[in-house]
Amino acid sequence: MTDATTQIGSTDGEAQFGDYIALLKPRVMSLVVFTAAVGVFVAPTFVHPFVAFVAILFIALGGGASGALNMWYDHDIDTIMKRTQRRPVPAGKVSPGEALSFGLWLSAISVVMLGLAANWVAAGILAFTIFFYVVIYTMWLKRWTPQNIVIGGAAGAFPPMIGWAVATGGVSVESVLMFCLIFLWTPPHFWALALFMNEDYSKAGVPMLTVTHGRRETRKQILIYTLILAPVAIGTAFTSVGGAIYLAAALVLNARFVIGAWRLWRRDEVDAEGDSYLAEKKFFRQSLGYLFLHFGALLLQAAWVKAGMGVWF
Amino acid sequence: MAIRVEHEIHNRRLGRNVGVGIVLIGFVAIIFGLTIVKVSGGAPIEAYDHTVRHSITVEDGN
Repeated sequence: MTDATTQIGSTDGEAQFGDYIALLKPRVMSLVVFTAAVGVFVAPTFVHPFVAFVAILFIALGGGASGALNMWYDHDIDTIMKRTQRRPVPAGKVSPGEALSFGLWLSAISVVMLGLAANWVAAGILAFTIFFYVVIYTMWLKRWTPQNIVIGGAAGAFPPMIGWAVATGGVSVESVLMFCLIFLWTPPHFWALALFMNEDYSKAGVPMLTVTHGRRETRKQILIYTLILAPVAIGTAFTSVGGAIYLAAALVLNARFVIGAWRLWRRDEVDAEGDSYLAEKKFFRQSLGYLFLHFGALLLQAAWVKAGMGVWF
Repeated sequence: MAIRVEHEIHNRRLGRNVGVGIVLIGFVAIIFGLTIVKVSGGAPIEAYDHTVRHSITVEDGN
């Protein structure tokens, strides 16, 4: 009787193929794919389309692998937070050990395959990205400092740099600026989310800025990072990947983003609770469009120039 | 009473096995594609057929 019960219990929790896909955090992967693809495409050298496709695939797989390792390490707090309770490990579909070995194997495969498909500089940056996200961010900073998002954001900022390295075999000012664009965008983006998701982080004991320093300080920090981000984003227009199209897009997007951050800074908690964090939610959605449109503009600019049109018309 | 062979768990495992199968076929296709791209370097691949190949021989008398 006991055996039968045990077996039914274990089969109910058996993972499906989709659960392993969910371990790779597909939504995060889509951002990785897009920014890495832009990194490859805007680079001044030609990459065979098939090599580019394979390289982007393995960059995405490396990002997914770090997602699986993150879910392995964070399964204790994922069980507490409502937003993450349905992930495969806290839901009991995949065991933590399985997520760990899955993540480690995929990390190794993605790094080696990127090295073989493209070059070892790109593979090295990918390996460092996985290490940074898993060890520096997930294991160390996330539960220790309210600056977790700032430093952890670097992991998400590497894909366009890897894409650029796939094409050029190195690092340059353009790829560093694309890195900075995502790196400086991450804090305002996540802190806006934390402003209206505060309870989840509090329950899990994750030291988000909203928990440790309060919402007033968080609003101030959002404005500060947005003000630092704007010149970096606009300045990229004056490098080899920039031009008139990108400059026009960056000016509009940054003006709107700074105004949004300014509005958040001027609001207090009474205002926010009064309209159920409407402005904060709007700013969060705006931040998603901000990043997508910046990279979209870089892509369009590169396509424009490669079609034989002038950089500045 | 007939023995029921199919159980929900079998369907689930089938889905997983098919998924892994597709991934492996995809991986083989990627390795094959990469090999072709790397070997050819963008140019058509020319097989060695034990005869002199005009495309790689230097003309005499110059």
